[in-house]
Amino acid sequence: MQIKKNIEGSVESIALEGRLDTVTAPLLESEIQGKLDGITELQLDFAKLAYISSAGLRVLLSAQKIMNKQGKMVIKNVCAEIKEIFEMTGFSDILTVV
Amino acid sequence: MQNLEKEIIVDSKLENIETLTHFVESALEPYDPSPKAMMQISVAIDELFSNVVRYSGSSNMKLILNVNEDVLTATLTFIDEGIEYDPLAKKDPDVKLPAEDREIGGLGIFLVKKTMDGVEYKRDGQQNILKVVKKLK
Repeated sequence: MQIKKNIEGSVESIALEGRLDTVTAPLLESEIQGKLDGITELQLDFAKLAYISSAGLRVLLSAQKIMNKQGKMVIKNVCAEIKEIFEMTGFSDILTVV
Repeated sequence: MQNLEKEIIVDSKLENIETLTHFVESALEPYDPSPKAMMQISVAIDELFSNVVRYSGSSNMKLILNVNEDVLTATLTFIDEGIEYDPLAKKDPDVKLPAEDREIGGLGIFLVKKTMDGVEYKRDGQQNILKVVKKLK
């Protein structure tokens, strides 16, 4: 998986490419834990994300919890297959997919 | 084409998720599975193999892939020799809870149950045998 990060002021965007799975989820976790100080909007771009497993969902949940306290988090360009996973797991109620 | 059976044995190491995924994707490619079915099978491999690595104590795992060409269905059988563990016995997580109250365990096997057309577990002697069935179209 590739992670591309861009910070402009208090808005951070992270574009993910590849697979957000058990092996790669810790990479995203390390980009999020303790590194979002001063960020009020986190945008995740899933345009090039091929799939997500429960390990990836866990990282999204912890990012969402952090951003609930300090601003908002949105997920962009989510493909139909990943949207379906969000719906099955009830994550569509927790996450903001735009 | 004829009905297919292939198997692979890998060490219980998380990096072998990629080895297993690649093995299954290449074997299924000639059947032109739908992208959705392929993605869901890949997720199932991630969830089930990572469970074996983390909890079974088994040093390796065997994956047998069968394809029934009449009905275009793949069966993946995960076999390890670790401690007896039936992931299907676990209660499903509550998917209605708000973010703050979400429990993190059990989500993986829940996804497998929801996305596969069939899931069954049996203990046979020293082996955990977990079988998932998925239509390719």
